[in-house]
Amino acid sequence: MTNAPTPSLAAAKQESGGALGFYGVWLLAAIALVVLPLIFSSGGSLTSFSLIGIAIIFALSYNILLGQTGLLSFGHAVQYGLGGFLAVHVMNAVASHNWPIPLPVIPLVGGIGGMAFALLVGWVMTKRAGTVFAMISLGIGELVASSSLILRSVFGGESGITTDRTSLMPLFGWTFGPQIQVYYLIAFWVLVSAIAMYALTRTPLGRICNAVRDNPERVEFIGYDPHVVRYLAYMFAGFFAGIAGGLTAINFEIANSAYLGAMQSGFVLFSTFIGGTAYFFGPILGAILVTYLQLGLTNVTSVWQLYFGVIFIGIVMFAPGGIAGILMKHRPLIRAGTLGTVIPSYLVAAIPTLAFALGIILAIETVARFSGGDPINLLGIPFVATAPTTWAAAAVLVVGGFLIARITWRRVAEAWDRAATVARDRGYLA
Amino acid sequence: MAELIVISTLNGVLFGMLLFLLSSGLTVIFSMMGVLNFAHASFYMLGAFFGYQLTRWIGFWPALVIAPLLVGVVGMGVERYGLRNTHKHGHVAELLLTFGLAFAIEEIVSMIWGKSPVDYRVPAVLDFPAFTVFSTNYPAYKIFMLVVSVVIFIALLVTLKRTRVGLIVQAALTHPSMVGHLGHNVGRVFMLVFGVGSALAGLAGVIAGPSLVTQSDMAAYLGPILFVVIVFGGLGSLPGAFIASLLIGLIQTFAVALNGSLASVFGPLDPSLGPSPLTDIWNVTIAQIAPILPYLLLVLVLIFRPMGLLGTRES
Amino acid sequence: MTAAIQVNAVEKSFGNVQIIRDLNLSVAKGERHAIIGPNGAGKSTTFNLISGHIKPTSGEIRLNGEVTSGLRPFEINRRGLSRSFQVTNVFARMTVWENVRCAVLWATGHRYAFWKNTDSLPEVKQRTAQILDDIHLSHRRDVPAGLLTYAEQRELEIGITIAGGASVIMLDEPTAGMSHAETERAVALIRRLTEGRTLVIVEHDMSVVFGLADRISVLVYGHIIASGTPEEIRGNPKVKEAYLGEEVD
Ligand SMILES: Nc1ncnc2c1ncn2[C@@H]1O[C@H](COP(=O)(O)OP(=O)(O)OP(=O)(O)O)[C@@H](O)[C@H]1O
Ligand SMILES: [Mg+2]
Repeated sequence: MTNAPTPSLAAAKQESGGALGFYGVWLLAAIALVVLPLIFSSGGSLTSFSLIGIAIIFALSYNILLGQTGLLSFGHAVQYGLGGFLAVHVMNAVASHNWPIPLPVIPLVGGIGGMAFALLVGWVMTKRAGTVFAMISLGIGELVASSSLILRSVFGGESGITTDRTSLMPLFGWTFGPQIQVYYLIAFWVLVSAIAMYALTRTPLGRICNAVRDNPERVEFIGYDPHVVRYLAYMFAGFFAGIAGGLTAINFEIANSAYLGAMQSGFVLFSTFIGGTAYFFGPILGAILVTYLQLGLTNVTSVWQLYFGVIFIGIVMFAPGGIAGILMKHRPLIRAGTLGTVIPSYLVAAIPTLAFALGIILAIETVARFSGGDPINLLGIPFVATAPTTWAAAAVLVVGGFLIARITWRRVAEAWDRAATVARDRGYLA
Repeated sequence: MAELIVISTLNGVLFGMLLFLLSSGLTVIFSMMGVLNFAHASFYMLGAFFGYQLTRWIGFWPALVIAPLLVGVVGMGVERYGLRNTHKHGHVAELLLTFGLAFAIEEIVSMIWGKSPVDYRVPAVLDFPAFTVFSTNYPAYKIFMLVVSVVIFIALLVTLKRTRVGLIVQAALTHPSMVGHLGHNVGRVFMLVFGVGSALAGLAGVIAGPSLVTQSDMAAYLGPILFVVIVFGGLGSLPGAFIASLLIGLIQTFAVALNGSLASVFGPLDPSLGPSPLTDIWNVTIAQIAPILPYLLLVLVLIFRPMGLLGTRES
Repeated sequence: MTAAIQVNAVEKSFGNVQIIRDLNLSVAKGERHAIIGPNGAGKSTTFNLISGHIKPTSGEIRLNGEVTSGLRPFEINRRGLSRSFQVTNVFARMTVWENVRCAVLWATGHRYAFWKNTDSLPEVKQRTAQILDDIHLSHRRDVPAGLLTYAEQRELEIGITIAGGASVIMLDEPTAGMSHAETERAVALIRRLTEGRTLVIVEHDMSVVFGLADRISVLVYGHIIASGTPEEIRGNPKVKEAYLGEEVD
């Protein structure tokens, strides 16, 4: 180490601080996972937390492809679903043979299932990246989903294959019958998987995945075969997707062909992209938000899926970095202490933007409930879908909101530029 | 048997021509703009539903003209206000935008017209058997569909060979990287091409609607098959798309018509074997595997001939 | 002694246009070899052929005696050849530090490892820091490569090329578009970093070429019309006629 340049003091400090922060974050996450069900203990929230946990693993696994390796897959649910099916079959086999395998190991079986499939088809699939990979993944997805309806003995046809999670040997007196025990099983796997996937990003393979994402051509000239890199990434993504699938199988005690389908693949894409693909925690945010909305909106509106589509399109067009991207954009400003100068313009812009959003919601609900359905209730104000006043209100909100919002967002951009210039001068922004 | 062959060939060619109405637009858009338009099949669905609605309001013949135009306008709007703004974020973002649109369009359609099939009927003037093959009556409406798609096919050929925009499109097909240097108003050309492609998809929807099922999941069903067609034919090759359309049209139609299975050829398996993947495969009829045939084809093509039938670029 | 690079009768056509015609080139180990020639002569294409980016239509290329024509770029790279690009070709969203570190990973034997923490590999860290220091970008280590200035990106391009410690380095117009002062700095850098290695460089700036090269090859219309020491090239009438003109006198 004598002739190596000593890293600057600041860098060293930053690094040790980083390590501390690193363990701190995971410790906090672990505590949160343990404490959550103690605070919100109703059956409903336990179910929600379980689903959110699974969605987090699934979205993080998807981001190994999309965010880290630049592979856009339209068939990620294949590995998830196959993991689920394998888990169900193994659970049934374990139960009928009385093998001494406890339930918490089963998600690993799901992971192996997802990875095995990736191993099998991945080499051909990952030959190319970009649009071609996207198309192949779609084709394979459709192929597997349709085949699953034919191979009834394996996939159980339309109704699927059921299992009983309590029929496996209990572990320390836990039978995993009650939802709370299943929740802790899921929470354990969320923590383990998230740490493993984070660690993966820090390994040489993880780093080269980023390089392949940015510039596969150049990677070939620093000794790496981008095809191998994509293949490995695809297998890891399949592994963790399979874990998520295995957990779903445990949670619902069933696996059916819907697990493998295009809808499931679409939702993981939505979650990941809405959360933001450029940062590790992005998909976590996305999974929480999308699952929460999914659970919450189904009771409020019949067209909740349309709202996902609209949110997704909005993110693609106006904030392709997702929620994480929006948040992280503010970091240099916070550090430079100039965020305060932007906030007033945000507040001003928020009003017409909100009006615009309400207008869209009103318009959608008006159409959805035009030929019957409950009256619309927007912020406590009742609207009748067939009344021209409602249509007028929607039109005014949409058009007026849009026009005014456009002006205010220009103001935001100006304020932002000023704040960023200051931050740049102070050295917090490249 | 001969009857089945004649009828299935007719139906297969018809389905193939419909596929080509869609895949031609998709191919041209992909070649020129680098965008794989996920929402292309959604424009086809919009065509069918607009056609249905307009038929109820003003009759089939005006609908036949107006509905595709409306779809074309929607497509131009998507290009102008959606894709053009997303272009700077790269092709993945563009692909995602069209994916989101496809999703949203399906939801909007099922919100307005419901999830079950709508009653989109063959117009009365065309509701008679055109001729009889052996014992089957072949409907006149199908002949009408065939005529319309052949006319459009010829019109497309003439446009490509004879007009200025056609020349630009041709240049773009052979040298995609040169589109930017054409010196024309590239934005306008893109919008026009996107609009025409969408309108063609819409037209396919209007004429196919009464004959097939007009339902909110028709785009999700057809979209992946379209991708198979253009990959199979070779990305960026119009003749390739044409051949692949016909081929897949015929394969699908024949497969659906055939009821044979391994069991019917070789006799049933020993019942003592019990249910297993083998018995599943043994007993499945060709008609049942028809939906997965295109995807099997896709996988085989990608393994053995990645550039597709007539493609020059390796996909 | 076997040559570091040996190109024998290589031809390359794109469609029916022949770009490289009967190309013969020999670069000895430890030599600094410059390739010059007018625009469109096929210099970058020659680089692409030798580095495996494209395959020759016919002919044979050897690296340290071993036939490499037909191998993929990463296979050739692993055998000790590294090249830079005329048009900057870096990993835009990754930081300067990550860019260089990725280029170090294969050579330090970490390959596709998914069980090691990259941050705690001392030799990787040390080598990356050393190279950043060499290319004067230590102060920019946390900036995404896409946000660097043009000259900085060119330096990073060189850094990525040499990071793997290849014995044969090929640089395609490393100083193109740089100011006079930047060029001087870059030349000093190249001279120092390729000490003890074989260097093949494409360059339009004649002062750089004649100051740096041990031998020069002149490529015109895909064919090498002359190859020799700077003096021989300066005095070669064919070269004067075809390319250099009065520029050298
Ligand atoms: N992939 C390709 N397909 C078709 N033609 C090509 C291709 N690559 C290069 N060419 C042609 O080969 C010729 C030589 O190009 P090359 O880039 O090797 O020239 P160069 O000597 O490096 O020129 P410069 O000094 O401008 O960099 C050019 O006419 C170019 O158009
Ligand atoms: Mg060049």
